[in-house]
Amino acid sequence: MALLQIRDLNVRFATTDGEVSAVNGINLDVQRGQTLGIVGESGSGKSQLAFSIMGLLARNGRATGSVQFDGTEILNASPRVLNRIRAEKIAMVFQDPMTSLNPYMRVSDQMAEVLVLHKGISRRQALVESVRMLDAVKIPDARGRIGLYPHEFSGGMRQRVMIAMSLLCRPDLLIADEPTTALDVTVQAQIMELLADLQRDFGMAMVLITHDLGVVAGSCERVMVMYGGRIMERAPVEPIFAVPAHPYTQGLLAAIPRVDQKGDQLSAIPGSPPNMTNPPPGCPFAPRCAYAMPVCEAMPPLEQFAVDRERACHAPLSALRQGPPPQPDLPEPAAIEEVQP
Amino acid sequence: MFGFILRRLAVAIPTLLLLIVVSFLLMHAAPGGPFTQERALPPQVLANLNAKYGLDDPLWRQMLNYIWGIVAHFDFGPSFVYPDRSVNQIIAAGFPVTLTYGAISFVLAVVVGVSLGVTAAIRQNSWLDYCAVGLSIGAQVLPNFVMAPILVLIFTLWLGWLPGGGWGGPAFWIMPVIAMSTSFMASIARITRSSMLEVLGSNHIRTARAKGLPESKVILRHGLKPALLPVISYLGPAFVTMITGSVVIDMYFSTGGIGRSFVDSALNRDYAVMMGITILVGALTILFNLIVDVLYAWIDPKIRY
Repeated sequence: MALLQIRDLNVRFATTDGEVSAVNGINLDVQRGQTLGIVGESGSGKSQLAFSIMGLLARNGRATGSVQFDGTEILNASPRVLNRIRAEKIAMVFQDPMTSLNPYMRVSDQMAEVLVLHKGISRRQALVESVRMLDAVKIPDARGRIGLYPHEFSGGMRQRVMIAMSLLCRPDLLIADEPTTALDVTVQAQIMELLADLQRDFGMAMVLITHDLGVVAGSCERVMVMYGGRIMERAPVEPIFAVPAHPYTQGLLAAIPRVDQKGDQLSAIPGSPPNMTNPPPGCPFAPRCAYAMPVCEAMPPLEQFAVDRERACHAPLSALRQGPPPQPDLPEPAAIEEVQP
Repeated sequence: MFGFILRRLAVAIPTLLLLIVVSFLLMHAAPGGPFTQERALPPQVLANLNAKYGLDDPLWRQMLNYIWGIVAHFDFGPSFVYPDRSVNQIIAAGFPVTLTYGAISFVLAVVVGVSLGVTAAIRQNSWLDYCAVGLSIGAQVLPNFVMAPILVLIFTLWLGWLPGGGWGGPAFWIMPVIAMSTSFMASIARITRSSMLEVLGSNHIRTARAKGLPESKVILRHGLKPALLPVISYLGPAFVTMITGSVVIDMYFSTGGIGRSFVDSALNRDYAVMMGITILVGALTILFNLIVDVLYAWIDPKIRY
């Protein structure tokens, strides 16, 4: 049985503008030791998917469906059940390490409390363990710096602290929600390398949430592409990059800027993500899709079309391989008349 | 931190001097004097009185004499209206009373206000929240000069449980404390509630929950400190307002605090008493702002002086 098994997960938020469906009917399995990348642009529901697993949804959020961890149902479980799973079995690394660490508490206190709570060891013992974990995430002079406050660390070091803190109880699953988004590029690479090393050393499964396809290519075995709270495509990492089987995946890949590309135009997916208070019927990507057909008014099911590869799209694979049909030309922007002084 | 406190205390001295000069001038700019009465005194008597209290000197000399008296002998001068009492004696009699019910009200307002605010924030949009918010709005629109007679009516006249005025044991404290603390309690509850709500939505609280901490620890260990920052900045001025706001309490409950002396001295042009209390309140203001700054630095490690 899979370590994490999600069935028909829906997440809804009650807002003053109406109900927002952030996650729609997601099915997902994560095996022990596996690395899964979840890719999608902002607002695609990937973070809310992660929060609902941990029971961390905002107050106005409601999740339905089933999330089983190691055979135990944890969706909407009682705080007692959840608190025994959190940090101990499933740990989470958040996007912005400055605000995600408590700015008013010493790192030593923030780390030690995890071990004191879950392992029932003394504070002194917990501090020794914490220093060891800070060493493992390669923080120089961990013993001397554990007593500092988060703002006394640099951005990359803070994220290392965050990672060390999440790994204290040796969880079976680490959910990393855009762990490198707030960091600069050189630090990003170091953090990703660190995560990959730790994942191997600790033998844990990892769900890596990102909008950066480059990050996924380097560190994941499988990729799940999300849009409008739904799974668009899911496959091992190589075929996703080599032969994307969904127009949205194609668009994401084409949007990566390349140095060898001629011209000064950056390629972008036209349009913007749908308003999820009032999502389009059928495929949420259809309004922006170059292959859209009348049949897209109905949501295509996520179907296996090759070994270990699934996609939710009506467009035939042959059409996708030929590339998008020519788009009706957008009107040229009106020339700006020069104003005579 | 120690250096910071010393520096702030050093700045306090010129601040107080400036306060003395400005209030001295303002006071003398007001028409009338301590011996102005409905029936004018004979000119000779008035001249003698003015000479006795040094009121015939030029203003700058009066001011210098006054400041010298404070600096050299810690003497705030004689009262102009009560010839047998010095300002030091008047303050020594009234201030302990004001401080007693002021401090009790302050502690009560903070403890009850913060607990009420935190509870309301945790149970946002529940009946408990609505009760707490309703209660605090009710308490805030009920000023102490309305509250005081209502309390006297209920507890003294109808029920006969509490003495309606005077000063003595704890039974005399109850009504002044209730009348004084309620509106502050309400303000503190509202500030705590909104700042706690903001903190509870912040990222580091989500991290604390993700760590598997029970909700009580999340709130007390991770939420309370940052949520109290705005409360603390309110508390400094609030304490001083309580001390000066004792006017109403002193009037209704005849507690004999400093508030009554303050108003009387202003009406009677009792220059020395008025100055003495003004300086006392000024010094308290400076002291409490300093305490607030120190507390801030204690809570927020990013603030270092």
